[in-house]
Amino acid sequence: MIISTVPSVPLKPPAPATRPESVADGAVPPGRVRRQLVRRTWLLCLGLAAAASLLVVVSGAVGSVAVSPVQAAQIVLGHLLPGMPWMSDGSLTPLQDQAVWQFRLPRTLLAGLAGAGLAMAGALMQVTVRNPLAEPYILGVSSGASVGAVLVIVLGSAALGGLSLNVAAFAGALGACACVATLARKNGALSPTRMILAGVALGTLFSAITSYLTISTSAQNVVSVLFFLLGSVSAATMSSLIGPAVALAVAGVVSALLARSLNALMTGDESAVSLGVDAARLRGLLLVVASLLTGTVVSVAGGIGFVGLVVPHIARIAVGADHRRMLPVTVLGGAVFLTAADLLARTVTAPTEIPLGILTAFVGAPFFLWLMRRGDAERAGFGR
Amino acid sequence: MRVQFDDVTVSLGGRDVVQQASLTVEPGSVVGLVGPNGSGKSSLLRTLYRAVRPRQGTVRIDGQDVQHLTGRRAARAVAVMLQDPPTDFDLSVEETVLLGRVPHHAAFGRDTPEDLDVVADAMRRTGITDLADRMVATLSGGQRQRVMLARALAQQSPVLVLDEPSNHLDISHQHELMTTVRSLGRTVLAALHDLNLAAQYCDRVVVLDGGRIVAAGPPALVLTPDLIRTTFDVDVRVHGDADEPVFAFRRLVTGDDDGGDAVLPHDEPLPESSLPR
Repeated sequence: MIISTVPSVPLKPPAPATRPESVADGAVPPGRVRRQLVRRTWLLCLGLAAAASLLVVVSGAVGSVAVSPVQAAQIVLGHLLPGMPWMSDGSLTPLQDQAVWQFRLPRTLLAGLAGAGLAMAGALMQVTVRNPLAEPYILGVSSGASVGAVLVIVLGSAALGGLSLNVAAFAGALGACACVATLARKNGALSPTRMILAGVALGTLFSAITSYLTISTSAQNVVSVLFFLLGSVSAATMSSLIGPAVALAVAGVVSALLARSLNALMTGDESAVSLGVDAARLRGLLLVVASLLTGTVVSVAGGIGFVGLVVPHIARIAVGADHRRMLPVTVLGGAVFLTAADLLARTVTAPTEIPLGILTAFVGAPFFLWLMRRGDAERAGFGR
Repeated sequence: MRVQFDDVTVSLGGRDVVQQASLTVEPGSVVGLVGPNGSGKSSLLRTLYRAVRPRQGTVRIDGQDVQHLTGRRAARAVAVMLQDPPTDFDLSVEETVLLGRVPHHAAFGRDTPEDLDVVADAMRRTGITDLADRMVATLSGGQRQRVMLARALAQQSPVLVLDEPSNHLDISHQHELMTTVRSLGRTVLAALHDLNLAAQYCDRVVVLDGGRIVAAGPPALVLTPDLIRTTFDVDVRVHGDADEPVFAFRRLVTGDDDGGDAVLPHDEPLPESSLPR
């Protein structure tokens, strides 16, 4: 017997065992579906990683300066690996090099990092507050960031002591998050319901401030504000990648170590505690990680919507709710989704650009609704 | 493992729901906690698996205060069969039972062959093998309870806590569950509503009333008609033999209008909620 660890002391003869299910013992090996989902996770991750690489190259080749996909790949590789012959034999013009390395690649990478970060933050928030409607912005992080950014746009950086837009947005994001955490805390523990309500209430307050600042400023500033609120990666530089990349690395390590605990937290606090998971402490940690992810992304890419809410759900529909499977799919899926959306955003109406947030909603909402109606959406909890 | 509650008092919202409860559970024995609603059975059990911290007193497993253990060590010692899990994000039956392996692992990683063996065995013992690939949200209440038992079994802990384990189960599965639980040889603490089940399967029963332990001992000695009447506000007749009593209950009636020999005068009016529907 595998289970018993204490010698049995039968003080009473046990009643005769009747096992109605015993017929089924050994008939079908259990876990067929789980093994299938594990296989699907590997395939999906490989496919998404390939798609992401392909998108980087394609994005490098699309734009007003003509660059072929091969040249785009050559430029990227040439900057990463020293001594590549094509970098010095004159086959690439300086203009092509500049277009790919200084403009297209940073924005594509930022789109990927932002998508991965927001999707990850959404998945973590959903389990933290145990609510399928949760998303990275539910705790007022984006509205806090917006206040910071809009203050800089409206009043000018000089009026705020030389604070850059990115720094002001990041400060706003963390300020909002700190407010929510303080308000949601009671007896040393964060209550999920209070977190949601405090986040929504503070978010509304911050949005009111943003709206007032926007409406009382000049028309030219309004466009900048709108671009920030809807999100865009067009201003990306290599240095703007650092924040989101670091946050994503931290979140990756934390969630790799805690994936099983996240599964336990999904089943309720008391259940988590009975499995040896300190629910209160885990929730605090997840809040910090998710806010860091969201804050770093929003401060450089604005309030890109929809990714954080929907990509985790799509991942659950595809591979189930076990975080060891859904988190990798979520991260890669978010990256691919937003890279593709950015490619569309700058090509559909070229030479003008559509803000990313509009495109994510336009493409993402119908796709998600279609997926939600399909039969296997039950796996993600849509069966009720 | 020996479980000891020593002078445990639990406060919830400023009220003492358990008052100075002391109790020792011997290794390998099956102990049933019985008592009316709100008598403190669940609260006392929750101190053992650390869902609440006692305001006063200590709970020990093999002499160690559970509050001094790490979460994972405590969960490897005590498993709990909880009531319905929330299913906002749904797991399959097998994945739910696999959660029982959480305290045995530190980090990300595949489920080991040992994990899968333990889980398969737990599902077989609880008769849910052919539900393995179903989503928990699609199961009936009774099936879910068996899933939660399997999850607790997969924790492989020497101590097992059952909080009203049989309330959704049909009669055959109630007896199936208690037989399974007895056959494990683990130390079992179960909050039970069904006194017949308690009498039939428990080595000892502990009676709680108003947050206090009012009696403890072998079922046949403790569950006397007098005690049942005063604790549960219900009239009872005892059938069966002295070793294995079988209880038949009916509404407690004041006075002698029933004509039965087991009716005692009762000095309190019956609460509205205990009236038959």
